[in-house]
Amino acid sequence: MRVEAKILLSLGAFFGVMCAVYWNWSLENAGGVMMFAGMLLCFLPGSYYYWWSRRMKARPEDDPNSTQSEGAGVVGSFPSTSIFPFMLGMAAFLVVLALVFGIWFLVPGLALAVWAFLGATAEGRRGGHV
Amino acid sequence: MTDVIDPPIELASDGHDEHHDVHHGPTGILKWMTTTDHKIIGLSYTVTSVIMLVIGGLFAEIIRAQLATPNGHLVSLAQYNELFTMHGSVMIYLFAGPFAFGGLANVIVPIQIGAPDMAFPRLNALSYWLYLTGAITMLLGFFTSGGAANFGWVAYAPLSNSLNTPGAGADLWIGGLLLTGFSAIFTGVNLTATIFYLRAPGMTMFRMPIFTWNMLVTAILILLAFPVLTAGLIMLYCDRHFGTHIFSTAGGGVPVLWQHIFWFWGHPEVYILALPFFGMATEIIAVFSKKPVFGYKSMVFATLSIGALSLGVWAHHMFTTGVVLLPFFSIMSLLIAVPTGIKIFNWIGTMWRGELWFSTAMLMALGFLFTFLIGGLTGVYLASPPLDFFTHDTYFVVAHFHSIVMALVLAGMGGLYYWGPKITGYMLNEKLGKAQFWLLFIGTQVFTLPQYILGLDGMPRRVALYIHNPQWKMLNDWSTFGAVLVGISTIIFVINVGYSWKKYPAGDNPWDAQTLEWFTTSPPPHHNFYRLPQIRSERPTWDYNHPEHKSLAHGAGTGVLHEPPLAATVVAVLEHGQEEDGPIAGATE
Repeated sequence: MRVEAKILLSLGAFFGVMCAVYWNWSLENAGGVMMFAGMLLCFLPGSYYYWWSRRMKARPEDDPNSTQSEGAGVVGSFPSTSIFPFMLGMAAFLVVLALVFGIWFLVPGLALAVWAFLGATAEGRRGGHV
Repeated sequence: MTDVIDPPIELASDGHDEHHDVHHGPTGILKWMTTTDHKIIGLSYTVTSVIMLVIGGLFAEIIRAQLATPNGHLVSLAQYNELFTMHGSVMIYLFAGPFAFGGLANVIVPIQIGAPDMAFPRLNALSYWLYLTGAITMLLGFFTSGGAANFGWVAYAPLSNSLNTPGAGADLWIGGLLLTGFSAIFTGVNLTATIFYLRAPGMTMFRMPIFTWNMLVTAILILLAFPVLTAGLIMLYCDRHFGTHIFSTAGGGVPVLWQHIFWFWGHPEVYILALPFFGMATEIIAVFSKKPVFGYKSMVFATLSIGALSLGVWAHHMFTTGVVLLPFFSIMSLLIAVPTGIKIFNWIGTMWRGELWFSTAMLMALGFLFTFLIGGLTGVYLASPPLDFFTHDTYFVVAHFHSIVMALVLAGMGGLYYWGPKITGYMLNEKLGKAQFWLLFIGTQVFTLPQYILGLDGMPRRVALYIHNPQWKMLNDWSTFGAVLVGISTIIFVINVGYSWKKYPAGDNPWDAQTLEWFTTSPPPHHNFYRLPQIRSERPTWDYNHPEHKSLAHGAGTGVLHEPPLAATVVAVLEHGQEEDGPIAGATE
């Protein structure tokens, strides 16, 4: 966990320095804001990982000497097949077509999206083991 | 993961086979539509993106045919605008990126780190559907009355507003890009989470294969860059339809803001495209030199610093706008040459005194190295504002980035030849592969090199007609000839896939490769592994197959790297053909 945190934090720190130099030198706002946001986007998960890495013991994948048996156990519960990603994709397709060809595409698009959201949530609760 | 990863003692896998092979699920097209298996999704991505390569390549051939004569009449000027716009859009948005981070990475990264699947399998499936529908949306433009988008793949304001580019084609372009953008963001989330959370025990960060490292940096760059593009597209759409004036001076907006937003995505995008292919080339060169990657840690550092620097170079595409800070962007752009140079040095170092095996994949990787060097070095010229002022929007720039992207195509083809056997279980024909390589490699040089001269001579890009000048005509003819060679090479690839269809069974590890994906069967079972070896270095499969040549350089005992300083390593390599206290070079193998 510590390496992951360090990567994100050091990327964020670099963006921060770059942002400070650029913004003060160029006085151009768009790029300055975007670099600042880039810095935040690295610090947010980076500090979260860092916070956890101080409070947990090394996971088997962080320990160079761990054996495969240490990784045994259930990773999570996933449905092995699901139609809802496809439905959600088609819903997004219809919504985008609504932007171009006519607002009525939103009706089937949003209906399909709501159905897919509900279905995927229910399916996630039923789950399956991996 | 109870049965996925076994204790190392249980090396016989027979007892677990039937448990995994029995899967009661939908079959046929419903199986494809409902799958959440990263291998099937990755294969769908790969096939779709190769189809996009063919479509985009077809546009390119028409463009080159038009330019074969100064006053060509093959297409109208308006059609020409659509063609070069859609050629760029299809190749960048729908081929190069999805091929790398959606296709090969999707299949290979989880297997390389010993994971049973991607972290979010259903999100992964959604990424594919968004990509497919985005591609369809963008190409639908050709079937509308106004034709497809025709403002160039960069859609500069104010050319892209509703007055200058009315019609559905442009809106479909924006919509398709929104969909593929979200698909890329989801894939970025998925890859990052997979790499951070689903590694096998012992697979520390500094034991991950370089390809996985590159995909991690790519994924982080996707997360930094793509939301900016999505926001920009929404603003552009509002400008076109809701009467906002974000990118038009009429209402107090700033047209150049679009360029800032677009290139703040667009330049990291260049590395989002390039880094996966760097990773593929690294893996291929190491395996076919029978050596570990030379300077593993410097390779990782170079990748990270390319990723870090890429966020600060966007305005080198905007030097001629006159409103950007030239020295800052020039320095940052030139700095990127340093990590890239480290990479090229390391690739050569990996091959140095290795036992080279010139398979098709290796040839493709070498072709990548050569072509990328040409493209990279001309990129250094373009990073210098005086030279950029001179060559901006000429064929010099076109030639520069076509050298780069054709290098990526070479590496990607190498990746297909290298990992294809793992994905499908069958090898591709090597003779046809080598014919494809030579045509692709020579064709690439024949079609890009004349364009450098044309550009220096002042031929502008994005024109359908040019002045009657014998030299320009000759150079354009050479360029067209090269494009035809590249086209033939792609046809040979398609023929090769058909010819080799289920003909040459691959076995688990046909290349005597090093990383974890070659430890499992080809194609891998559902959830990838029956068993895993002990992971004690960045090449666990090699260690397992060659206990006499175990690589202990990385993380032996303490996880601390004991690498000699770079200079000492170079001397050691030159003198002894291997790193000083590092892994044993495979030359003696």
